[in-house]
Amino acid sequence: MNRNSLTKRLVTAPYTFWMLIFVVVPIALVVYYALTDANGRFTMENIMAIVDYKKTFGVSVELALISTAICLLLAYPLAYTISRMKAHRQSTMVMLVMLPMWMNFLIRTYAWMTILENNGLINRFVRMLGGEGFRMINTNGAVVLGMVYNFLPYMILPIYTVLTKIEQSTIEAAQDLGANRAQVFRRILFPMSVPGIISGITMVFVPAVSTFVISKLLGGGKTFLIGDIIENYFLGNTGTVNYNIGASLSLVLMILILLSMAVMNHFDKDETSGGML
Amino acid sequence: MENNRIIELQNISIALGGEQILKDLNLYINDKEFITLLGPSGCGKTTTLRIIAGFLAPDAGKVIFSGRDVTNVPPHKRQVNTIFQRYALFPHLNVFENIAFGLRVQKQKEAEIRETVTQMLALVNLKGFEKRNIQSLSGGQQQRVAIARALAVKPRVLLLDEPLGALDLKLRKDMQVELKNIQQRLGITFIYVTHDQEEALSMSDTIVVMDGGVIQQVGAPIDIYNEPKNAFVADFIGESNILDGVMREDLAAEFAGHRFECLDKGFAQNEPVDVVIRPEDVDVVPVEKGMICGDVTSVTFKGVHFEIIVDVDGFKWMIQTTDYVAPGAHIGIYIEPDAIHIMKKSKYSGLYGDYSTFSDEIEMLSDVNYEKEGDEDEP
Repeated sequence: MNRNSLTKRLVTAPYTFWMLIFVVVPIALVVYYALTDANGRFTMENIMAIVDYKKTFGVSVELALISTAICLLLAYPLAYTISRMKAHRQSTMVMLVMLPMWMNFLIRTYAWMTILENNGLINRFVRMLGGEGFRMINTNGAVVLGMVYNFLPYMILPIYTVLTKIEQSTIEAAQDLGANRAQVFRRILFPMSVPGIISGITMVFVPAVSTFVISKLLGGGKTFLIGDIIENYFLGNTGTVNYNIGASLSLVLMILILLSMAVMNHFDKDETSGGML
Repeated sequence: MENNRIIELQNISIALGGEQILKDLNLYINDKEFITLLGPSGCGKTTTLRIIAGFLAPDAGKVIFSGRDVTNVPPHKRQVNTIFQRYALFPHLNVFENIAFGLRVQKQKEAEIRETVTQMLALVNLKGFEKRNIQSLSGGQQQRVAIARALAVKPRVLLLDEPLGALDLKLRKDMQVELKNIQQRLGITFIYVTHDQEEALSMSDTIVVMDGGVIQQVGAPIDIYNEPKNAFVADFIGESNILDGVMREDLAAEFAGHRFECLDKGFAQNEPVDVVIRPEDVDVVPVEKGMICGDVTSVTFKGVHFEIIVDVDGFKWMIQTTDYVAPGAHIGIYIEPDAIHIMKKSKYSGLYGDYSTFSDEIEMLSDVNYEKEGDEDEP
């Protein structure tokens, strides 16, 4: 027994160490900076300062929510279709879904810039056909598009995984008992895929709400998200460097994400523990 | 009974994945009947069931349900319900909600639903299990929930796809009795699919023996057992010694180098035939009284009887006898005329009925195969 627990501790030691250095310490630092001023004295001022960024927070959450919703609407039917294909076609399709992830995130986002620019691919094509051409880059729409494009696979994969676990005979049993397609979806497929939907939403919403690259490249400074502001406070691209306010914004964002995840998990439990209706 | 047909399958053909599964199948099923589709894996029995349920559409032919053509009616609009091989319960719902599923889909009132579910739980002996989680139930209990769930919507026909395959022997026997009871009490038609001939014999009113997508024989269990139509049926249902013979004239057949008296007639003179003799119908007698003689090559104690293999001029007979015979003994064999059953030659002639390669292990292995391959019936 004793030896066993010693081996266990030895085996887990590197991970514990890693987590300590790269997760616990950074978070502690964020908390420290957020609650102190430039001279290292305790203060709540930084936290209070976030009131100034209410609007940015709002925009960030709004765009992230819109992107998450669009991802979900696009991903669910696709994930369902893939999950009902023959095994070898399924793996091909999953590979196609993941294919863009083999390319660098920045390159893919730059590619969208050249497509959406005022003199980009789409507008040149529209003008070729005699159209007016219109502004797409540097709008909220472009930012949402970038988020959806980049994070869609993270929504498809977990939903696909739960759907493949639902046996065809379960669906057939529901049909057999009189359920039409809509009822099969509402009473069987959807409730059974909630865990996948939850992780999909988490995996899309969290990076979307905190992104700064997408908004910078496709929003062009017009759409300013909370991630951009935090980046600015740490790097000082457009203003003064202020680790304290940057850290306090990060802390608030973190709490916001944790809260929304807690709410989601609560949902999950409600749905799967049976008491439908 | 004849006018009481609830389901008719007319000229059904279907190919799945490029393979012809059913060939021009015709079958009618009477109301309130317990009918069993029996056959080895890949014989098309599950496919037939899925066509009746509506999960598969035949390439050709019609499905008639109480006089109405339902070939193109989707499963959720058919008055038949299925018990699936592995139950297919809904894991996200508890026992109550599983059974209530069909009723909720029909939008019945809550009070009615509660009443029906309670009734069903009583029917399958699961009172008090309402709130239980599906995963917390044993195989037998899950099976009962599946039965209750299907019966709750009051189907006219219940389809059962090897429902007892996953249960252990003791439980399977109990469930056989229980299923038969439920069928008789509710007076609904059961269409039962199995590869287990014993199960088929003990439960069914009618057995449909299938092989290679073709119905080999339809009949009551006793008729199928006593009057098999060809070597396949004779071998698949029970044990059989199947010998090559010649019908010398009415009531006289020659096989194993001896002319036997029998009860069969209507064959052409000197027509080559298959002769079936059940192991329990062969009498072991002293050599001088035997019609033919042979050497005992193996003896297996089976509890109720001994199973002995006897070599008669190279053909190995299986004989079941209650008297012990020593291996190596030279014995006589005596066969009563009514123990001999003559069949026309078929494509199965010569494939079955010789016990020279027989062993219990081989039979057990092939049983395992059936269970595994049963899945292949599903696309």
